[in-house]
Amino acid sequence: MKREAPKSIADYTPLFFPGLMLIVFFVIPFSTMIAVSFFQRDPSGFYTPDFVFTNYARFLTPFFGKVLGFSLMLAVMVAICCVAIAFPFTFLLTKSPRKVQTVWLVCLLSVLSLSEVIIGFAWSTLFSRTAGITNLFVAVGLMNEPVALLPSFWAVLTGMVYQALPYTILVLYPALVRLDPQLLEAARTLGASPTRAFFNVVVPALRNTIVATLIMVFVFALGSYLLPQILGRPSHWTLSVLITDQAIYQSNMPFAAAMAVFLVLMSLALVGLTMLAGRKENAL
Amino acid sequence: MSGLVLKDITKSFSNFTAVDSANLTVPHGKFVCLLGPSGCGKTTLLRMIAGLENPTRGTILLDGDDITPVPTHKRNLGMVFQSLALFPHLSVGDNIAYPLRIRGASREDQNKRADELLKLIHLPGFADRPVAKLSGGQRQRVAIARALALSPKLFLLDEPLSALDAKLREAMQVELRQLQQRLGITTFVVTHDQREAMTMADLVVVMGHGKILQAAPPIEIYRKPADAFVADFIGMTNLLDADLDRAGRVSVLGQAIPGLAMPEGLAKAALSIRPEDVHLGPVGGDAISGTVTFVRDLGGTIETFVEAGGKTIIAVATPRERPNVVAGQQVGVILPAEACVVLKS
Amino acid sequence: MKQTFLRRLYFTLVALFLSAPIIVVAGVSVNEKQDLAFPPKGFSLAWYGQIFFDPEWRAALFASVTLAVTAAALAVAIALPLAWFQWRRIAPWASVFQVLGLAPFILPPVITALGMLTFWATTGFYGQPWTAVISHAIFFVTLPLVTLSLGFSSIDRSLVEAAATMGADDRTVLKTVVLPLIRPYLVSGYAFAFVLSLNEYIVAYMTVGFTIETLPIKIFNALRYGYTPTMASVSVFFVALAALVFGLIARYGDIRKLLGAMSSES
Repeated sequence: MKREAPKSIADYTPLFFPGLMLIVFFVIPFSTMIAVSFFQRDPSGFYTPDFVFTNYARFLTPFFGKVLGFSLMLAVMVAICCVAIAFPFTFLLTKSPRKVQTVWLVCLLSVLSLSEVIIGFAWSTLFSRTAGITNLFVAVGLMNEPVALLPSFWAVLTGMVYQALPYTILVLYPALVRLDPQLLEAARTLGASPTRAFFNVVVPALRNTIVATLIMVFVFALGSYLLPQILGRPSHWTLSVLITDQAIYQSNMPFAAAMAVFLVLMSLALVGLTMLAGRKENAL
Repeated sequence: MSGLVLKDITKSFSNFTAVDSANLTVPHGKFVCLLGPSGCGKTTLLRMIAGLENPTRGTILLDGDDITPVPTHKRNLGMVFQSLALFPHLSVGDNIAYPLRIRGASREDQNKRADELLKLIHLPGFADRPVAKLSGGQRQRVAIARALALSPKLFLLDEPLSALDAKLREAMQVELRQLQQRLGITTFVVTHDQREAMTMADLVVVMGHGKILQAAPPIEIYRKPADAFVADFIGMTNLLDADLDRAGRVSVLGQAIPGLAMPEGLAKAALSIRPEDVHLGPVGGDAISGTVTFVRDLGGTIETFVEAGGKTIIAVATPRERPNVVAGQQVGVILPAEACVVLKS
Repeated sequence: MKQTFLRRLYFTLVALFLSAPIIVVAGVSVNEKQDLAFPPKGFSLAWYGQIFFDPEWRAALFASVTLAVTAAALAVAIALPLAWFQWRRIAPWASVFQVLGLAPFILPPVITALGMLTFWATTGFYGQPWTAVISHAIFFVTLPLVTLSLGFSSIDRSLVEAAATMGADDRTVLKTVVLPLIRPYLVSGYAFAFVLSLNEYIVAYMTVGFTIETLPIKIFNALRYGYTPTMASVSVFFVALAALVFGLIARYGDIRKLLGAMSSES
């Protein structure tokens, strides 16, 4: 059976159900959200239809600017930490026996699929005074008494790196596993030590992959909404938290929608950049 | 008539023509080899016969019926793919019985036919094995058995033996030919190996650049190639420029060859002569004089490379008629007129 | 020698980082009394029993599993015809749907959640249990779509052509060749969507959070309004379940290939 252009309407039938579902339940909700971002907030109910820019105008307040700045800074730090840890790890993983790779991949997928709630709960327990890691330090005599390590910025960062690390490894894995091993062997025969070869050959060869992964992890980290609430103080809240807060607790859907639209545009721009980086690498 | 007829079959893709006005008549029960270098359109032609590609123009007749618009699954074919295309999720027996199964044959009939065919291909008792556990040659046979399961009208094979090593390939060529003769099915094999084509075919169809250049029995193709391309592609040959000397005789490298005529109205042509027809002798007389540059003794045959007038002529001899020359020696090269073929260049 | 040692050390550190919270949670989950102590005081598996015997936790487990089972099935039902069409036909504009199928997963989840919330609120179905099923199916359709597209691209087209030469029409080819070959990808696509749906919080919360408690919602609520070791036992249960599902995929399929090793890029 050759791959061919559809000849009749009947040939399009397989598209009907998926197309309908995606349009009705993704495109329309998405458009609704954009529409709502221009609506007026109705203090008694949800909102009233209108066309105003007041929701977007609120972006110009210092409070919003601070939240946005913090969100971006946090996401950048998470992305850098994750790639810095994950890149050498993934490289070493691809050089391991198949069995080892498989076991690791299963573990990584299991951690990746964990609910943010569970990750938040687990780290809040680990950083707590009663059940935390400091009890261990007390037991071995490093500390005098257990302390709570949260809420704090470092707790938020650790939790988010934990959440994003498996994702980072799995994004890097295909590129690294397909890296021509002869590239490294060639460098070795030319006298480079393994570490040197890694930094002089592997890292430059995958420069675009690294950039693309940084952006992907950045977008992923932007989406984190529970960890800043569980592990941080209100000053550590990100845009995602703010959107949830406005939508659910403040019942200000139009403002939440406006922020969401803003977040989409930012993410889309970055994903677009990623694809551009990916294309350049393919062209090489 | 019974058999397969191709009329003006053409396949154009957006930027090139894969098959260009192919015309061919194949009587029922013949073994045809489509032969040519890669990219000559032979596989595309086979796929059009199978209905896997639609011709841009032309018609295909099978036993007098136009089958051009008939979809592949209604053509009653057996086809062996280059990759063999054995179903990895089915056992050997289920692979062979697949055509019966999709036509609703009972489980017993399927098993019976699979066992019959396994016996035919000398693999009895293999029905329950997984395909992945077979050797290359065994897979080959299973693919052939599967294609023959329903006694098709046409048996098509796309480079079926290319994945096998040389020795096994030669054995399979003979086996395939014998099987086809026993069953009497019209068969098309695509190959780029001229030895394979010579071994198996009743009819060799040489293709180049999308065109059918010559369709003839193997020995005729070898002895009377239609043009320089065919002569060069089939076996080893010496291609030399021929022209007319002042006396109007055909001459090669300045030496007239008596008894040879130029095609009507031509002043220049190409002359093809097989290396085994080239004789070496003493310098002088009607012989072209040249210098031996290299002698390749292959045991069974001896190839002598002679340079004459800037051209290299190869002569092949058996050890019995060993020419007894060494590199650097001056020799006379004799091209017997009856062995020469004059072609349009 | 030094190389191997450094590598082992690095692997161990990463493993420790990934497992530390889980180890602590597992420790907490076997506390004898209702306190959040680590190392655990006493040993009891009662908190695991709670998941199944406490009516509230059991209801949450039931809600989560029902949601995940149905949402994953719906996601596969959307992805399969789409992936098949993309593989079978040349229709460049149809890749719009491919993009639509990938988008919900790439965008920050809060956006899909908010989109769904506005949609269900506008249409008046807000809070209905089935809205969560559809929302999750759309949110996770990316996973079966990716595995199935990968699966289709790994089918050697000559297998399909071979079936056609033996008399199989489109429908028969689909039934006897394509579906059996695609099955592992179908199963893993379903499994991925199932596990992630089971763990998903925000979309479920924004669509049905006020009417139904799924397990993640229940854990979050418990986190806010009072700790109980059952939270820990549920978390361990989830980790074990995910590991089991992915372990099975690895056992019966090639997880390395699914994640992009030696993928047949077309």
